[in-house]
Formats: sequence, structure tokens, C-alpha cells
Amino acid sequence: MQDCFIYDAVRTPRGRGRPDGALHEVPPLDLAAHSLRALRDRNNLDTSLVDDIVLGCVMPVGEQGSNVGRIAALNADYAETAPGVQINRYCASGLEAVNMAAAQIMSGQSEVTIGGGVESMSRVPMGADAGGWFTDPEVAFKTYYTPQGIGADLIATKWGFSRTDVDAYAVESQRRAARAWEENRFARSIVPIYDELGQVLLDRDEHMRPQTTMQDLAALKPAFAVMGDAMGYDAVAMQRYPEVEALDHVHHGGNSSGIVDGSAAVLLGSKEAGIRMGLKPRARIRAFTSIGSEPSIMLTGPEKVTRKVLARAGMTTSDIDLFELNEAFASVVLLFQHLLDIDPNILNVNGGAIAMGHPLGATGAMILGTALDELERTNRSTALVTLCVGAGMGTATIIERV
Amino acid sequence: MQNLKFEVNADGVAIITFDMPGRTMNVLNEASIADYAEAVERVLSDDTIKGAVVTSAKPAFIAGADLDWILSLAQADLPANQRAINVYNTVLNLQKIFRRTEKGGKPFVAAINGLALGGGLELCLACTRRIVADDPRIQLGLPEAKVGLLPGGGGTQRFARILGPLQALPLLIEGRSLSPDEALKLKIIDEVSPADQLVSKAVEWILTSSPEDWIKPWDRKGYKLPGDDPRTLEGSFAFSAANALQRKKTYGNYPNLDAIQKAVYDGMIVPIDTAIRIESRLFASLMTTDVAKNMVRTQFINLQKANKQERRPADVPARTIAKLGVIGAGMMGAAIAHVAAKAGIPVVVVDQDAASAEKVHNHIRAVNAKSADKLLPLITPVSDYAELAGADLIIEAVFEDSAVKSDVIRKIEQVCPDAIIASNTSSIPISDLARASSKPDRFIGLHFFSPVERMPLVEIIMGEQTGNEALALAIDFVKQLRKTSIVVNDGRFFYTSRVFATYTTEGCLMVQDGIAPALIENAGRMAGMPVAPLALCDEISLDLIYRINQQDAKDTERAFPGSPAEALIQRMVAKEGRLGRKSRKGFYDYPAEGKKRLWPGLAELASVQETQPDVETVKLRLLTIQALEAARCLEEGIVATPADADVGAYLGWGFAPWTGGPLSYIDMLGAKKFVEICNDFAARFGDRFRPTAGLVEMAEQNGSFYPSAASRQEAA
Repeated sequence: MQDCFIYDAVRTPRGRGRPDGALHEVPPLDLAAHSLRALRDRNNLDTSLVDDIVLGCVMPVGEQGSNVGRIAALNADYAETAPGVQINRYCASGLEAVNMAAAQIMSGQSEVTIGGGVESMSRVPMGADAGGWFTDPEVAFKTYYTPQGIGADLIATKWGFSRTDVDAYAVESQRRAARAWEENRFARSIVPIYDELGQVLLDRDEHMRPQTTMQDLAALKPAFAVMGDAMGYDAVAMQRYPEVEALDHVHHGGNSSGIVDGSAAVLLGSKEAGIRMGLKPRARIRAFTSIGSEPSIMLTGPEKVTRKVLARAGMTTSDIDLFELNEAFASVVLLFQHLLDIDPNILNVNGGAIAMGHPLGATGAMILGTALDELERTNRSTALVTLCVGAGMGTATIIERV
Repeated sequence: MQNLKFEVNADGVAIITFDMPGRTMNVLNEASIADYAEAVERVLSDDTIKGAVVTSAKPAFIAGADLDWILSLAQADLPANQRAINVYNTVLNLQKIFRRTEKGGKPFVAAINGLALGGGLELCLACTRRIVADDPRIQLGLPEAKVGLLPGGGGTQRFARILGPLQALPLLIEGRSLSPDEALKLKIIDEVSPADQLVSKAVEWILTSSPEDWIKPWDRKGYKLPGDDPRTLEGSFAFSAANALQRKKTYGNYPNLDAIQKAVYDGMIVPIDTAIRIESRLFASLMTTDVAKNMVRTQFINLQKANKQERRPADVPARTIAKLGVIGAGMMGAAIAHVAAKAGIPVVVVDQDAASAEKVHNHIRAVNAKSADKLLPLITPVSDYAELAGADLIIEAVFEDSAVKSDVIRKIEQVCPDAIIASNTSSIPISDLARASSKPDRFIGLHFFSPVERMPLVEIIMGEQTGNEALALAIDFVKQLRKTSIVVNDGRFFYTSRVFATYTTEGCLMVQDGIAPALIENAGRMAGMPVAPLALCDEISLDLIYRINQQDAKDTERAFPGSPAEALIQRMVAKEGRLGRKSRKGFYDYPAEGKKRLWPGLAELASVQETQPDVETVKLRLLTIQALEAARCLEEGIVATPADADVGAYLGWGFAPWTGGPLSYIDMLGAKKFVEICNDFAARFGDRFRPTAGLVEMAEQNGSFYPSAASRQEAA
């Protein structure tokens, strides 16, 4: 098995995923191409060297349909010999794309690959794929399907995270994200988006509300209480978790990941490929894996996949300098921290999706880049990046600087 | 074609008139289906016949499929897969006939003169047009879901195609019947007409319509299903919510309801002929499940038998109650008077003074304001027993105390020496109370359930000396109230209360065992019980349970509290002052706003164990204790038959309807397995789970409460 190295990682700023968001006017194929172009241009990459482009996308329908991996590469004017593929591991798609792209190199079947992802949530909304997972009664019953927000509230209920706990986490996420931007900690990854006239469309994460206080959040109504009651989802969750008397609905827009538009791309290659490209490796992919977890509560995968990937790498949590867990919902992070006894000072140090948003298919690749930047900035060595995943899964990757 | 009449009128229109010999209602069975198939083919093959009107010579159109017949196919002594294939071929054959009426190229018009349910309505849905007589009492519907089945004659598919899938599902799942006007509004039928013009209107339509009119929407090119499409963003959310709401109600206990949901979902976007195969397959595989067989047997076949009153002594002439006496205007007395008045029976209600007796009127005004003006004149509140003179039946519903009741019985006999007297006691043996009577053969138990207005069952209790005349009158009276009775023998708490109490008691014992109250409550509902055990205690009220426990200890001269459950109730009432829902404090807190929540203080009365049992164990405990007690009652002769035990459990306390009743449930598990569970639980949770001698014997002989397929075949 040969080593796989990260040569570069880029991401777009994240635009609010609404019609008034700065990236709403950018079609998804252009949004994805944007990261691919940046990766090429800033590295003088000869794209004819690229053996595959794996892009994550969670709503691969409509404008994001018909294999966004290949079409975005063509749209970015990559060499026609550079093939592309779209994959979907729900919220971990961006990281899974990197893992699959890395696997090609580690197995010796490819030399240069790109992993990344795209999601224009303002243009192709969540649920646009209308999956049979929740419409087909047989499957919905079998999997005790409930929407993610119900699962997040169930985690809070079951493990006793109060509204104050989750709101406090959200305020801290905003604070950390704001500090990171102030100190230019994302500078190495962010590639601003310009329009045809060279004017800046977006150069900063648009979803952040750095002034958020506990009082602000306290004013927000729980987002999933009405749905949980009127549509029967609370009852379904409780049939799977009968130890729960009633769900404590603690999540709302302010302590859940933001709906945003964005893309990201990570350039991967073997050692020899790096020499050929004239690039210095920034980090090595040490290990990665995915795992299935109970699908109804849905969001408990990160702890399980972290244990699995650490075991595969022969490591323990104490070997990891930096943890990056996607802030899908505050309770997901609090549970991870609680079950693995992680020091909050090395977890999501620059904020996360609660402050900056979660462009579903791209996030995994984005936070991988964020972790790498932070390792370099603080001169530390190893990072573990993980996300909770729809239908009960977790995906994780360990990187180490070289 | 002895099940129907086939005529062709002068205009060349065939009139197919169902009129099955020897039956009060037409049904679809092997013979009538064959006759209908023959009639349909004659219409289609005879060039001189322009079309057909389908109607009935009986007051009802067609009551549905003959469930005994379908059940016999499903229970034949064959491998399960072969039985399912047989049922599949049978229903598919019917569906093919229905498709012939849809696609045969000639119009078939259903002239629906009376009730059309289940297969009867499905036959009509497959006709080109449906005209219904203008009578609001006519019921049109697909009630299969209510007895554990799904419509297997195309009903799920045609309802979904007429109404839209998410609009059809509630009707299919609730099995609710529609009036002609409602059905017309939903486009399930096409026209409502005066009864005497039904056939002529049908004939006229056949003669004036064109072949273009005879094509069903779903047989037209480019047909699009109305309503939500799950393949769209909005549609997918609607379907997702519909699935969750379904699961919320069923707890996954009802394979027939899941099958209905699946039939509609899988069938809605494929061609109708494919959809019909899907529905037939689901029907066939469902019919061979124990749940469906048990539900049909208890909730349809045996319930119907119960309503035929086979226990009524034939030699006693039928009597109509012309005057009823009720002693006690409390909650039960007032409600009994209310339902009697609703059945048109004049009632005299006696209480200690006029003001107390007046409570009966207040009760009716409170619960039935709409009809109070009509009902109150039928009810005479008095304080003088003399007013009872001439009553056919007198029911005492006074305080649950032997001495008080005995006094009342003597007072009644002074003024009405010849009346039949019934006690509404729920716990005191009838033979004990009969000692106060000078004519114990004319004394009987009539145990009503609360709320009387809604509960469909009355338990009739035979004292040791109760005679046939009292029994016959009690049965006739319950029938007059349009309720169902089961006849049971005497014993403490009789049948229903005795078994039902094991459920609430087990809930309390689990609390004392350190099982988390939320888990107990969820497990109760998940097991299929209508109300969770601790919530039910609160509904009954804890002080009432406390009093009953104390009284029982006194009457049977045993120690009190006799169990940790009784101790828990005692503590709740005597020390914590928590009386249940009525005081807004019981096992739950009942805040003025919002939902009730389990009382957190309960954890201090009984600490919750660190390690909690699997929910399946908790469910099994709650069902097993009831099933075992029901088996004891049968063995002790309290109930006479498994059918009485199961129908009584279904109507009396809503015992997990998916099981078909406690004894059907034991059959479903198999006696051997059930005895194993009992022995295991006896070792772990206490001797109350020790299986009866009868059950142990049944397990050894591989027997069952109801005849198995094999033994039924031998009998035949």
C-alpha cells in the first residue's frame, strides 16, 4: 500500500442558503467548478494528471443531478481525460469523497485524485430527492424513520443535555468562528467568489452571527416540537427508545447547523505524483473508515466511528491533537465530547457549522481543510475529522502532518 | 345461478339481482362469485345485451365477503405457502371478474339499494357507474381494517385512484362507513337517486351513455393519480408524516394496517392490473398470519356469535323491558339510566332524597346536552322505592359495600316482589349478595363498564341460584341497549375486572421492582393496550383502587397490604395524597396547561434500577399476566368458553386487539412456549406467574384453546 498525501485543500466561503444568499445566483455546477479551478490555478496543476475527481453531493437531482463530479470538472475546463463521479454518504459525503479518492491512491490504482463536494442548498433544497427511505411505509416502519432534528432532540433528552447546554455550545461556536475569521485562520483555504466583472460576490462565511448571546437564543422557539407532535415523529422515536417519556425539544435554528451554499476540493496524490506535480505534501492520510449506527436516532455515529478508526490506526484519543466534528446539532457534539471524554479546547477550535453552515455534500472536505490549516497554524501533528451521517452512520479520517 | 336472478329487459339491458337463498344478506362466497362471473360473461358475450344493472332483492346490497369461507382457505391443513397461494388465486379470480366489468367494453351499473360493505362495495367500485338509493342509513365502506384484514377486492387501489393515496388511507385504515351523500362528495359513487328509480336510472344511463363514458380514468392513457405524489419534495414530506402518524397509532402491532399502507404505496404508480396483483398478494400473505386469523375470529365471527346470544334459555319467552328501575344516581346509576333512556326505556331512578336523585338529570345534561330534552322526560328521579312498582328489572348501583347493597335489595323486594333484581357490583360475589334476597333465582349480576355510554360490553353474572328467567331477561335487556353481553359465573371480581386488575397491578409491581416508569408506560402502549398501566390507575383513581384492595383484604380475611403493588397504592393515597387524575396528582402530574408528565417523586418511593430490562420483556410481562389470569378464569369455570374470554377482553378492557384476546394470544405463542415464559417469569418475578395445571397439560399435549387446522379437518 502506498501513502496518500494531501497537497492542497480549498473551499468557498459559505453563502446563506436562501434566495437572499450571496451564492444563490451561482448554479451548482459553477459552484463546484469554482473549487476545482482554484485548486488547479493556485497549484499550477496539470489536470491531465488527474486520475479521478470524486465529489460528494447529497441532493444529486435537478441542477445537481447527472453526475456533478464529471460535469463540474468539464465546467472547470479540466482535461477531458479527468473523469468524475458523484457519491452520497449524506452529510459526510465531502469527507467520504476524499476517503474514496485517497483509497484509489493507497491501493495503487491512481496517482492523482481530487476529493471534494458541493451543495447549493438554496437552489436544490433538502428533500428534493424525495427518497423512499421515508416515503415507502415498509422501510419507514422498519427503520423507525424520524427526521434528524428529532434525533438530535432525542440525544439531548436521553443524555440530559439541557436547552442551556446546547445554547451555550452554540454561542461558543459563534465566538470561535468569529475569532478564527478575525485572526485570518481560514485564509489558506478560502477562495473568494467573484462575478464576471471581477467584483466580490462572497469572500466570508455569510451565515455567522458573532454577536449571538444566550438571551438571543433563549428567544428562539424549538424547531422540531410542532413537527414531532403533529406528524407523529416523537412517538416513532419513543417506540424505538421506550425509556424516554417525552422528547425535550431543545434545538432550533441557532444551535443547529446552518443551511448554506458552498463547495470544497482536496488535492491528493502519491509521493511520486507530488514530485511530478512539483508540490510539497501538507499531510498524510493516516486512516479512514465509516460505520453504521442505529438509524432512528441517526446521529450517534461519530463516537462509534472514532473508536473504530482509532483502533484501525492503533491509536487512542490521546494521540489526536485536534478533533473536528461537524456541528450538525449542538447535542451531537456534546454527546461526542461526553462519550469520548474529549477536551473541548481541542474540539472544533475554530467553530463549525452552527456558526458557518453545513453545505451538505461539501462540509466533510471543508472541515478536513480547516483541521489541516489549524494543525499548521499551531504546529501540531494529528487531527481526526468526523461527521454524523443520515440513516445512522459515521465517517472519520485521521490525518497527520509530514 | 341460484344466488342471483338474471333477466334481460325489453331494451336489451341485463338486470342482475343478487338474492342468495336462505340468507338475510347477500355475501360473496364461492358460489355467489361463480354465479356473478357467469352473469358477467353472459352480458359480455351476448351481442343483444347492451349492458347490465347489478342490484339486490334484499334490503342490503352485499354485506361483504364470507369471512368464514376465506378463513377456511387460510387455515386449510396445507403448508403456509400453499395456503397463501390458494387465497391469492381465489381473490385474484374475483379481481379478474371485476376487471371484466371494467374492461369488457359494456357498461355495468351498480344500483345500490342498501348497505354495501367490503367486497360488496368493491364489486360496485369495479362497475362503470354507481347509483345509490337516497337513504342516509345506507352504509358504504371498506371495514376490513377493523377486523384485522385489508380490502382484497381492489378496494385499496380504486380508493387511492379515486381519492388520492393520502386521502384514501385514513378511510381504508379506520374502515369507516360513509353515507350516500358523503360517498357522493368523495366521488366514490356517481349519483344518489330515490330508491324506486334506482334501476330505471341505471338502465337509462346505459342506454344514453357512449363507449367513451365506459372507460375508467385509470384505464385511460396518460392517467395521473390525484393527490400527493411521493416522488415530489412536498409529496415526500406528506407521505413521511403519514407513515409516522400510522406508526404512532399502531405501534407496529397490526400487520393488516401496514399492508394497507404498503398496498396503496406500492400500487399507486403502477398500472392497475399490476396494482391488483400487489394487493392480492398482500391480502393472501396477511390471511395466513395469526394476527389476522385471531382478529377475524374474535372481532368478527365470535363477536357476531356473542350478539346472537346462544346462551339465552330458549324456553323463556322474549321480553321487552317496559320500565326499568335504577337504585343510586351516582356515576354508574346515572349512566345506566342514560343508556336505557337512549334505548327508549322509561327509567325510575331512586336515591336517598330528591336532590340526590336529580343527579341523574345533571349527568345527562352534562354528557349529552343535545338530546337531554328528549331523554329527561323518560327518567323519573325519586326518593321513594314505591315508585318502582311495575318495573320489569331493577338494577342497584349503590356504594360498593355488601351491607349497603343488601339493605337496598331488601327494600326493593318489599315494593316489587316479582321483579328481576340485578346488581351492578364489580367485585362482590353475586351469590353473597343473593343472600339478602328472598328469591335468589331472580337475582343476577349486570356489570356495566365505565363510561357506560361508550363501553359496548355488559358482563352478566350468574349467582349460584340465578334462574333462567333472570338470565333471559338480562340478555334481552342488554340487547335492547344495543350492547354485547357475555355470561360469566360467580367469583370475586368475576371475569373482566379480575383479569384487567392484573394489568394495573403488574404496572405497580414493576415500579416497585425499579423499572423506569416511562419504560413501563411505553411498554404498555406498545403491547397494544389502549392505556398505559400507571395512567390507567390514575384514570380509575388511586383511592378507589385503595378501597377495593382494602375491601378485598377484609372480605377474604387476608393481610393488607397484600403485595408491593397494594403498598404502593396505599403510600400514594394515604401518605402522598395523590388520588389520580381527578385530583390532578397521581402517578402523573396534570398541569393546567400542557401534557401530563410522570410524577418525578415516584423515584423516591421506588428507586429506579441502574440496569433496565429490555422493553420486550416488559411488554411480555404485561400481556402474560393477563393471559394467564384469563386462562385461570376459564379453568375455574368463571368464563365458559375461550370465545367468551376473548370477546369479553376485547370489548371489556380493550386487551391488545391485535392478539384476538388473551387466550388467542396463548394459542398464537403456543401453549408450550407460553408455559415456558410463565415458568421463567415465576422464577424471576414471583409465583403469580406460575402456570395453571390446565396450561401445563395443554403444553404437554401440544393443545390449544381453539381447534387447530388439523383437528378442525378431522371434525369435518
